[in-house]
Amino acid sequence: MRLPSWLAQHLAALRALLVFTVLLGLAYPLLFVGLGKVPGLSDKAGGSLLTVSDQTVGSSLIGQSFTDADGNPIPRYFQSRPSAAGDGYDPTSTSASNLGPESVVDTVSDDPDAASPSLLTQVCTRSLAVGKLEGVDGSRPYCTTAGVGAVLAVFYRDGFTGPVTRVVAVNQTGTPFVASYAGVPVEPAQPETDYRALGGVITPIRGTAPARPVVPADAVTASGSGLDPQISPAYANLQAPRIARERGVPLERVRELIAEHTTGRALGFLGEPGVDVLELNLALDGK
Amino acid sequence: MAGWLFVVSLVVALVVVYRPFGDYMFRVVTYQKSNVLERGVYRAVGVDPAVEQTWGVYARSVLAFSAVSILFLYGLLRFQDKLWLALGMDPVTTHIAWNTAVSFVTNTNWQAYSGESTLGHLVQMAGLAVQNFVSAAVGIAVAVALIRGFAANQAASKSATLGNFWVDLTRITVRILLPICLLATLIFMVGGMVQNLSGGTDVTTLTGATQHITGGPVASQEAIKELGTNGGGFYNVNSAHPFENPSAWTNWLEIFLIFLIPFSLPRVFGRMINQNRQGYAIAAVMAVLAIGSIALTVGLELHGAGTVPQAVGAAMEGKETRFGVPNSATFAAATTLTSTGAVDSFHDSYTSLGGMMPMVNMMLGEVAPGGTGSGLYGLLILAMITVFVAGLMVGRTPEYLGKKIGAREIKLASLYFLVTPALVLGGTAAAFATGNNGTALNTGPHGLSEVLYAFTSAANNNGSAFGGITVNTPWWDIATGLAMLLGRFLPLILVLALAGSLARQRPAPESEGTLPTHQPLFVGMVVGVTVVLVALTFLPALALGPLAEGLS
Repeated sequence: MRLPSWLAQHLAALRALLVFTVLLGLAYPLLFVGLGKVPGLSDKAGGSLLTVSDQTVGSSLIGQSFTDADGNPIPRYFQSRPSAAGDGYDPTSTSASNLGPESVVDTVSDDPDAASPSLLTQVCTRSLAVGKLEGVDGSRPYCTTAGVGAVLAVFYRDGFTGPVTRVVAVNQTGTPFVASYAGVPVEPAQPETDYRALGGVITPIRGTAPARPVVPADAVTASGSGLDPQISPAYANLQAPRIARERGVPLERVRELIAEHTTGRALGFLGEPGVDVLELNLALDGK
Repeated sequence: MAGWLFVVSLVVALVVVYRPFGDYMFRVVTYQKSNVLERGVYRAVGVDPAVEQTWGVYARSVLAFSAVSILFLYGLLRFQDKLWLALGMDPVTTHIAWNTAVSFVTNTNWQAYSGESTLGHLVQMAGLAVQNFVSAAVGIAVAVALIRGFAANQAASKSATLGNFWVDLTRITVRILLPICLLATLIFMVGGMVQNLSGGTDVTTLTGATQHITGGPVASQEAIKELGTNGGGFYNVNSAHPFENPSAWTNWLEIFLIFLIPFSLPRVFGRMINQNRQGYAIAAVMAVLAIGSIALTVGLELHGAGTVPQAVGAAMEGKETRFGVPNSATFAAATTLTSTGAVDSFHDSYTSLGGMMPMVNMMLGEVAPGGTGSGLYGLLILAMITVFVAGLMVGRTPEYLGKKIGAREIKLASLYFLVTPALVLGGTAAAFATGNNGTALNTGPHGLSEVLYAFTSAANNNGSAFGGITVNTPWWDIATGLAMLLGRFLPLILVLALAGSLARQRPAPESEGTLPTHQPLFVGMVVGVTVVLVALTFLPALALGPLAEGLS
């Protein structure tokens, strides 16, 4: 009996798929799983795990949080970047923040579950906190001194033009960061109010903070993976005095350790220099 | 400065491999002897490698293979809990399984799920990675079939043939994709990618917390993910994950693999039609568009406009320390200039105009250099449209490589071009009309960008996203699934129909009035036609999203 040609074609397709599944889906990956058991490759194939006195403490490729149970930084450790992976550095829930460059208006609400800070406010809050921890100026452009996004909703008489009729500091329910704008007193925001929908023009205010803030960029931004094992040398050096003080170690020794754990640009032009935070903290602990 | 050197080094490497690797691929697709492995495959499949197929049979073979693949992958996803290495994961829900099956078979690798919390290792290896190989091979096979249509020199006949799909599929997989992946996997493992079947390791961190270090056959999947311009990450954060992209040099190698096949295929084209200069012209069009786009993306990201990047002092949100801004931007351009869709940084947090570039790259139709095979056939269609436009201007019958671009050919080419814009704009409009745009994370113009990006990515079979949007709802899974399916197979059928129609033509001898298609003038015209077509089609939509955000 001859099969109809459409059926024969699909049977050939199924057989082809099964052959390729065995070859490419099993033989190919399993060959390398086997090869990954070979000494020399096995550490890396297994996840570059770091072991301290028979206890696995992490992976040199995967970042960790160095905070206490409440999420506060532990001062004797170098701190990692902010992370959007789960509750922070959770490899079972990797993620970036995915907030856009103009995410500047907080969702202000009395209900803590409904409230959510904009990316700008997150950046401002982190910068202020890092500045406080390291004893340096944590100010940034477009941030209030209280560490939220300095953003106004400006209402004009004719929509986008004409005299200003009303101004609201959209990210603040308390005293606004400026008293008046264009001669109009600035009001605090009311919870659950969308001032953009009411016709307000969202206007971020630059302020007087230096264009090159003391707290580096990587210290106030979440990474792509949420697992970034590294910080910039600038952020590591910013933290060095605190580490030296907390541990009673000479500052030069801390800076030496930073230099030892800094990976430069490969071949001089690939990527950016970075410091592996977990390895650095392990070295500090003398392990 | 280092960031620009990174780009230059990639260009140099791709120029160096263009001839030798293109010549190698040429030898693979112009039949010579079969080896033992290939003969075994042919026997198991039950095909006679000597039988040539007409375009209709070739197309039906592609569709049969893809249909069976979708069903098989859907089954694996639905029953993964009953299979080995499931790691205790539940069966994938119906709509996500449909979306994922379509996504990987169409070379899109759009991910409505998060790898580390949804899939077991067996489904990743035997389901997804297999489709990474064969969907890439299908693209190359169709491109080669189109070239055979141009190259055909036979007397006019109804049964002009384009080769044998099963032979193309097998040879491309076994002789091109697999050997490179063997080498790349090994290099990636040396670079630190994991390759194991472990369900993960629980560790106690320095502060006493518990962290679950994940495992998996990552390196083997990563190699084909880039080489086949697939882009589906083993983990949710794709090539930003340190296990998928441990260092700056693995990042370089991933971008190189993404570009390797698409940029070398014009050489195969030139060899097969016996005019290498025509291959150089096509490669030049690709290069002009790609270099322009990469330069713009890197430049815009380094400039760092916008409120948050200005507050931060650099566009570092969503980017990894080891890659930094310029290398991340280069990856973003590479992944969208091709049909890859892997990401090493998160496009949603890019500057407004920097984040528009990936969208524009996809809207170009992913032809610079585009996906494996699909980029070349997309650009050849644009070259035919250019010849047609030029022919209209001077009032001559347009011809390309000796084949007349008549009514039938230009109809097929125009339909090809119209498919994706219809899907992108129709899909975006449908999302807004039904209120499904509400799953976007960001508000205002950026929310529109997230929706527009999603349909642009799906219809062009890219797979990257403005990741803030939630797309694992039934509506989004079905809608993007349809966009991927139609965006892959409608153009593919039109290309094969075109190939059949070209193959039936006896080539016309070159005359004084023939437009030379190998000179800089023609390269410039194709670039111009491509950019103008895209601008006319998508500028209004872009004006409501990224342009409104970036210019206000």
